[in-house]
Amino acid sequence: MTAPALSRRAPRWRAFLRRRTMLVAGLAILASFVLLALLAPWVAPSDPIFQDTTAKLLPPSLAHPMGTDNFGRDVLARVIWGARIDLQIAVIGVVFPFLIGTGVGTVAGFFGGWVDALFMRIIDVVLAFPFLVLMLSIITILGPGLGSFYIAMALVGWVSYARLIRAQILVLKTQDFAVAAQSLGFSRARIMFRHLLPNALAGSLVFVMSDAVLVLLNGAAISYLGLGVQPPLAEWGVMVAEAQGFITQAWWITLFPGLAIVTLAFGFSLTGDALADLLGVHE
Amino acid sequence: MHRYRFILFRPLQFIPVLFGISIITFVLVRLIPGDPARILLGTRATPTAIAKIRAQYGLDDPMWMQYLYFLKNLAAGEMGKSTLYKIDVLRLIATRIEPTLALVVMGVVLALLIAVPFAALSARRQGGLADHGVRLVSTAGIGFPSFWLGAMLILLFSIRLDWLPVSGYGETPVDKLQHLILPGLTIALSLSAVLTRSLRAGMIAGLSSDVATAARARGMPENTVFWRHVVPNALVPTVNLLAVNIGWLIGGTVVVESVFAVPGLGQLMVRGIFSRDYMVVQGVALTFAVATVLINFAADIITVALDPRIKL
Repeated sequence: MTAPALSRRAPRWRAFLRRRTMLVAGLAILASFVLLALLAPWVAPSDPIFQDTTAKLLPPSLAHPMGTDNFGRDVLARVIWGARIDLQIAVIGVVFPFLIGTGVGTVAGFFGGWVDALFMRIIDVVLAFPFLVLMLSIITILGPGLGSFYIAMALVGWVSYARLIRAQILVLKTQDFAVAAQSLGFSRARIMFRHLLPNALAGSLVFVMSDAVLVLLNGAAISYLGLGVQPPLAEWGVMVAEAQGFITQAWWITLFPGLAIVTLAFGFSLTGDALADLLGVHE
Repeated sequence: MHRYRFILFRPLQFIPVLFGISIITFVLVRLIPGDPARILLGTRATPTAIAKIRAQYGLDDPMWMQYLYFLKNLAAGEMGKSTLYKIDVLRLIATRIEPTLALVVMGVVLALLIAVPFAALSARRQGGLADHGVRLVSTAGIGFPSFWLGAMLILLFSIRLDWLPVSGYGETPVDKLQHLILPGLTIALSLSAVLTRSLRAGMIAGLSSDVATAARARGMPENTVFWRHVVPNALVPTVNLLAVNIGWLIGGTVVVESVFAVPGLGQLMVRGIFSRDYMVVQGVALTFAVATVLINFAADIITVALDPRIKL
């Protein structure tokens, strides 16, 4: 990137330091949520579905740092256990679309012709639907539940990855190294997946991070609507839904699970922004 | 006028997309396990009604014939009957469009009112404390779940301060407007996080553009340069950004309408899912998809009209 003469860009070392800070902060947030999820049985103050009928709707205190809900369940314990499900949503909800989309994008970009045209039309149609609306339509058929959410996610989410990878492959396949690999007589599969794909992945790795934010928000929203994770399981979206009826008396049941989503999403966003800077990718 | 020629030809490109949309909605309903006639009519349908629907949708014919019947019915504005509300889906949808449309407009207007000043603050003091603050908040803002943000706004403005109604829609225009402020603000806060980033980048580019330099050379004060030349140019890509995000925006209204009990299309869809009112779910999905295609087309026209350099 060449800077114009009159630009007010910060010195390079400051930019570098800022990126490093962003990356470290982002990864630190993600790592602490992973740790919380893994260590939930040992860190959580109590069982997430244990109901203490003598301790309903208690405000935050030393015994219950985030208060208790209408069933007398400890909110902190539920937020910690919720990390298990919500992290799982973000990871599984990204992995399958990523794999399918990468496969389709590579094949479509490499072969071109009618294969490409067919997949591009399918992608146009899927993109014509608002994302959440198509997800909800699929969940209508499959019935509510986390499994349905993952299937719907895989069926709808792959299109963005396919587009991204296809665009990269189209550029890469005309470059010298790809032509050289072809003239050496390598198989098409080898050229596609060993030569072209590794070079095309940088952009989609950045996209994975911002996609994780969207998947997390969607998973929590669908659970909030009652069509994803089902109570009494501790999931942050479900917790907000269950808490809404008590918002006049007990704000803490709503506040803390939401803050958990915001913080985890912020971790993904920071990491994604920092990776975009470091890899020189622009969305 | 050749710049506008695409208005004539672009609709031709819609044809395959619209067919695709109809195929997906058709297949989705047919994938529901059970007798299609009972899915269309509900479980308590009379034998005569079932016989009638079998003929109307050609349910005894092969699948591709059924699809043609489906298209024929669609062309006649026939989207089936709601098993819950007992009226035509098309009429039901027509009564629910207004709140959703008003909510989207409210969300976009409020988002611009929030995003433009913050982007300006950020772009004019690039690298400063305010810039860092705005960028941090807009990065975090993308991760705010709308259902939670809505609940927090209710807590603050309806319960603590008692300024605005908790939920519902109201009867008179003023009443409706009051009811839409909080749901609109919920959508606007998430949307403004996206808009601020794009506007900031556009303004920064505009500040060092030839137009701005020329205006400064004519002795125009920096403030006038900024608001008359930089801001309008930075707003042009925003139209396109809004169009690209329209699907996301519509998804947002579905959730927000449920939080605030706004009787719009999104709430209709969610209720339809729970009461297995499949024709309603299909109708709303179809409406949203067609709206998305049309809004993208409208955004293209607006973009071309706003910037004479753009050709499509």
